[in-house]
Amino acid sequence: MVEVSLQNIGKTYEDGAVTALNDVSFSVNKGELFGLIGPDGAGKTSLFRILTTLLIPNGGTATVFGCDVVNDYKTIRKHLGYMPGKFSLYQDLTVEENLSFFAMVFGTTIQENYELIKDIYVQLEPFKNRRAGKLSGGMKQKLALCCALIHKPKVLLLDEPTTGVDAVSRKEFWEMLKRLKEQEITILVSTPYMDEATLCERIALIQEGHILSIDTPNNIIQHYPKALFAIKSDDMIALLDDLRKSDLIDSCFAFGDYHHVSFKESNIEGMKEQITSDLQETHSGLEVKRITPSIEDCFINLMN
Amino acid sequence: MEREKVITTNKLTKKFGDFIATNEISFDVYKGEIFGFLGANGAGKTTAMRMLCGLSIPSSGEAKIAGYDVYKETEKIKQNIGYMSQKFSLYEDLTVLENIRFFGGVYGLSNKALKSKIEELIDTLGMASEAKKLVGSLPLGWKQKLAFSVAIIHDPKIVFLDEPTGGVDPVTRRQFWDLIYKASSEGITVFVTTHYMDEAEYCHRISMMVDGEMKALDTPANLKKQFNAGSMDDVFFELARGAKRKAD
Repeated sequence: MVEVSLQNIGKTYEDGAVTALNDVSFSVNKGELFGLIGPDGAGKTSLFRILTTLLIPNGGTATVFGCDVVNDYKTIRKHLGYMPGKFSLYQDLTVEENLSFFAMVFGTTIQENYELIKDIYVQLEPFKNRRAGKLSGGMKQKLALCCALIHKPKVLLLDEPTTGVDAVSRKEFWEMLKRLKEQEITILVSTPYMDEATLCERIALIQEGHILSIDTPNNIIQHYPKALFAIKSDDMIALLDDLRKSDLIDSCFAFGDYHHVSFKESNIEGMKEQITSDLQETHSGLEVKRITPSIEDCFINLMN
Repeated sequence: MEREKVITTNKLTKKFGDFIATNEISFDVYKGEIFGFLGANGAGKTTAMRMLCGLSIPSSGEAKIAGYDVYKETEKIKQNIGYMSQKFSLYEDLTVLENIRFFGGVYGLSNKALKSKIEELIDTLGMASEAKKLVGSLPLGWKQKLAFSVAIIHDPKIVFLDEPTGGVDPVTRRQFWDLIYKASSEGITVFVTTHYMDEAEYCHRISMMVDGEMKALDTPANLKKQFNAGSMDDVFFELARGAKRKAD
């Protein structure tokens, strides 16, 4: 069953001079953990603001649990949880005051839906009398999530919840999302971190207002059009230069401790042999191996 | 030949009341080195960077930046370093040209030097048709590349980069690193923080801050060996997992 649906959504700013979203269509199924993956300026926040009924699209239609984002905005607001990219709770209210405020606004109490937030809130409880503004980044994020969940929403929209958060806290956050998913809440989450894509059931890759691809992370990886190789040597900077100059190479980019390359010709075994012998003259510690692409490889490929 | 040190610190410490934000860190950074400065949120990175930039006087310990003392010669330090961060880089409502002129002027470049720098910079970045556009209208990736070029417009000994690539698309992120490699090959030391672990691999050496202390410092390859880890991600987890502090 479709819980969130967008059809040909367009959004421009400044009288059409700036296009934020161009003909965006996709749907999210009930209970699904769906990721919107793309860099800053891709249109992720515009899309979230349309779905949260805070922004009216220039074209197309969008529905959330069957309600139209323009005509039925009041119904949508009652059953939607939204965590904006920017921390938007009351900095000078305490942890507990923020949570009971949001519960009250939605006509409920902390007790009524405590089960839903229990796992997350127990970590905050030692600080429940601390002002929200005095919390650490990771704690603010947990409180914002609790406030977005306190009215037991059907759909949860999380706009870049892990941006600027260190790798350890990011991992914890994704574990929280997995547990929420088990409660049958539909989750749409955006992130600029490509490595988080594989934690979603399905993803949309978005760039400059266009959807590049929508599928399961696995299928997107399967559809990578070329054989991908990882190459390293003792001088990685010189290696990058040499690879870029080589006639054999179709694409080449740095990727952590290896460079990732694809070849122009489809005869990949021959290409691998040729590049190895070309580079061996000038490079020590050379290693060339075939690899499975990551989502970031796919994104780079789709951008070009 | 002994490599030239451009940053040396010895038991550098900053306390705020009872709280020890940076606790006796000692390390050297060499000329032309790309030095990754990693750590979880609240580990004390920002405090340490502020001391190294001459913006915050240490509580105790010693440090020399580009040969200048962090207690007595903070103005000299500021003239010999460049700085950019994701949060502050350029003035959005000035044009590309105006930003370059402004920062060049602040760093004390002569009109003549500035003129040739502008040409060189616009040419290297391929921004001739954007020169008169407001910086606010440029895509984030372009802004960050421009901001980096502006941060080194006065040929500083060291450039400090605080999460320069946050939120930038994967292709532009790599182009940004090409600029870092170029600066490094020209002898500029690059001191960089990042949340992207693949970028940690691009550094010559990596340091890891945990709870105000520098818990590890080595090449990415040696760190992986030391922690018996497959990737820098694993090294980071191994070290940051034990952290007690979670403040920002």
